[in-house]
Amino acid sequence: MKITVLYFARLREAIGRDRDEFALPGEVKTLGALRGWLIARGAPWSEAFGEIKRIRAAVDQAMAGDDTPLTDGSEVAFFPPVTGG
Amino acid sequence: MTVRVQGDDFDAGAEIARLRGGDPKVGAVASFIGVARDVNDGDRVATLTLEHYPGMTERALEGICAQARKRWNIIDILVVHRIGELRPTDQIVLVVVTSAHRGEAFAACEFVMDYLKTEAPFWKKETTPGGARWVEARRGDDEARARWEHGEKRT
Repeated sequence: MKITVLYFARLREAIGRDRDEFALPGEVKTLGALRGWLIARGAPWSEAFGEIKRIRAAVDQAMAGDDTPLTDGSEVAFFPPVTGG
Repeated sequence: MTVRVQGDDFDAGAEIARLRGGDPKVGAVASFIGVARDVNDGDRVATLTLEHYPGMTERALEGICAQARKRWNIIDILVVHRIGELRPTDQIVLVVVTSAHRGEAFAACEFVMDYLKTEAPFWKKETTPGGARWVEARRGDDEARARWEHGEKRT
């Protein structure tokens, strides 16, 4: 399964770029599994996800929780709590 | 229902007139304008830069407006939110709600702002004498939104 991962704000700066494309191993089927898989890859994800508190996520542009399933072509985004308005 | 994300400033008077559109059913217009302040967390702020998630931001704002329409009997809603670099006193966000009576317009306007603050993907970075820093989310914003979910606020 191929997916796109986007990073925003402080997380984008910590990762050092605004997106990645990944071909995921078969067992990574949910948002929570993806988060764990990224952190297990090491730098820069392990540091960034460790330093920034309460990282939120969206799948296909809708707010998502760890049990949200991923599908081929999914657009996943990780970002800090929002501060608009 | 209109949602816009733009770099340019907005003219609240012109936006309100356009939203009302001469509709004689409109008996109440409630509006909110969020403005950039010159001090945050005790430090002087020189500039404020707003980042967003193109596509998702518009969808999130439309979803919030749709929830407000389900909850109250309102005629129309407008949300305009700016992105890019702003300075103290600059306008950041405009919410306008029209309805037959004031109760719905007031409540829906506050509801849209409370949800926008916690659900719409915007992030602020400010420059201060100590350097640039990302603005931290406030616990009070989560609490403001939670009031609507727990039924403490209702019309």
